[in-house]
Amino acid sequence: MRRVRSRIMVGLCLVALVCAVVPLLLILGTLLAKGASSISFDFFTKAPATLGEPGGGVLHGLLGTLVMVGLACLACLPIGVGAGIYCSEYPASRLATATRFIADVMNGTPSIVVGVFAYAWLVARTGQFSALAGSAALGMLMIPMVMRTTEEMIKLVPNALREAALALGYPRWRTSLTVVVRSCLPGIVTGALLAVARIAGETAPLLFTALGNQFVTTDVTQPMAALPLVVYKYATGPYEEWHRLGWATALVLILVVLVLSVAARLATRSRFGTRG
Amino acid sequence: MAETSPPRLATDKLTAMYGKFSAVKGVTVAFASNRVHALIGPSGCGKSTFLRTLNRMHEVTPGGWIAGKVLLDGEDIYASGVNVVGLRRRIGMVFQKPTPFPTMSIRENVAAGLKVGPRLPKPEIEEIVEQALRQAALWDEVKDRLHTSALGLSGGQQQRLCIARTIAARPEVILLDEPTSALDPMATQKIEELLLELKRDFTIVIVTHNLQQAARSSDSTTFFYLGEMIEHGPTSQIFTSPKDPQTEAYITGRFG
Repeated sequence: MRRVRSRIMVGLCLVALVCAVVPLLLILGTLLAKGASSISFDFFTKAPATLGEPGGGVLHGLLGTLVMVGLACLACLPIGVGAGIYCSEYPASRLATATRFIADVMNGTPSIVVGVFAYAWLVARTGQFSALAGSAALGMLMIPMVMRTTEEMIKLVPNALREAALALGYPRWRTSLTVVVRSCLPGIVTGALLAVARIAGETAPLLFTALGNQFVTTDVTQPMAALPLVVYKYATGPYEEWHRLGWATALVLILVVLVLSVAARLATRSRFGTRG
Repeated sequence: MAETSPPRLATDKLTAMYGKFSAVKGVTVAFASNRVHALIGPSGCGKSTFLRTLNRMHEVTPGGWIAGKVLLDGEDIYASGVNVVGLRRRIGMVFQKPTPFPTMSIRENVAAGLKVGPRLPKPEIEEIVEQALRQAALWDEVKDRLHTSALGLSGGQQQRLCIARTIAARPEVILLDEPTSALDPMATQKIEELLLELKRDFTIVIVTHNLQQAARSSDSTTFFYLGEMIEHGPTSQIFTSPKDPQTEAYITGRFG
């Protein structure tokens, strides 16, 4: 009886696993089937062709996503990680409690609301759609995510490790940075990556901030394209050719996230293999 | 044991609190230099808390605070203006569970305490690392793998690594909080032998649940019960002719 019950439970877990994996594989499969044929070297290195002409690529979107996500990371990763460290170091302080509450609320805020906010504060005031406004919107989404995962990861570090460092004569800040944070760095990086992956795929906050752009540009004070915006435009357009490009762009978007994940994993790999 | 020289470490009416609960109540005791001092008593008697007041680790625990004095070489370590970080470099601590730093290699673990002290030239650090590992009786086992993860060592080796890490920082006093309770008898024996070796250079205070361990390796024994110090004296006297009936009951195994 006990064995039968165990089998049933394992079976249920397997079913759940299949349910979780199948949609993922379907998405990847569809993207590959419909998009892979359009992807070539040119697709990554060329601006879009004029309608009706063959060839062209999504360099504008690719570059735009990298620039905007990059700027958002540069400005907001340190803020998010720093706030997370503060909240885990002074968990009971009033500031930490308040920050945590606000972060939780912001994590639950729909991204389009953040987009409207950035529009009101940055675009409407300057009268100019710009990549900077897009970055700001993405960054605002990123901070609470990064902060909360950082805090959770630090909480997982055994207190004994912190005490060992303190007993060795480590000042508190050094204990935090060189022992505690370093021990859970891979976890913090994973959290940051999830945040990057999420904002890289965000469309709504960019609609009224970065707006999108037909041309390749790196001027952050001007409207700029981004992969999700390109997908949105191609997918909602009336042309068969655009639909094809839309699929391919979506595939590129996923590839970008994948490359970023693998790169960050390699960069934070433990020196001692899996045990360390 | 005639304690003629001034004690290295002493407490004066030391009380340790967790919020409103007093875990240690008015303990006055003195520990002579270059001896092994054992703290014994049943679980929850306050001996670990007492140990943690000696290098101001008690105040790291949320709600932890103390009253009274702890004197290191006659100076109150709780006096205002005392540099806690510097103090902990003078009074090292080894915990119940081995706590090697997971992101550091064996060599870096031993050198960890040197990084926060005055800057030393690299060859000197290498020398201190080797010496500390030799003193902790670990050198022969790890000399060919100094650059591998400390987590690859066995529990007993990890604990000796933590001892090496503590002595590499050259403290005056070493506090050990049940250092062998997570180890097998072989590893325990190695660490006990180590204590006898180390008391030439350091003053050692060790909390132990293991009465034989206290009897075998310590010079003085202090018995705690319900947060109070019941008896303190030379180990031979405590174990053969205790003055207090509670001490006698405990060491003969009638309670605890």
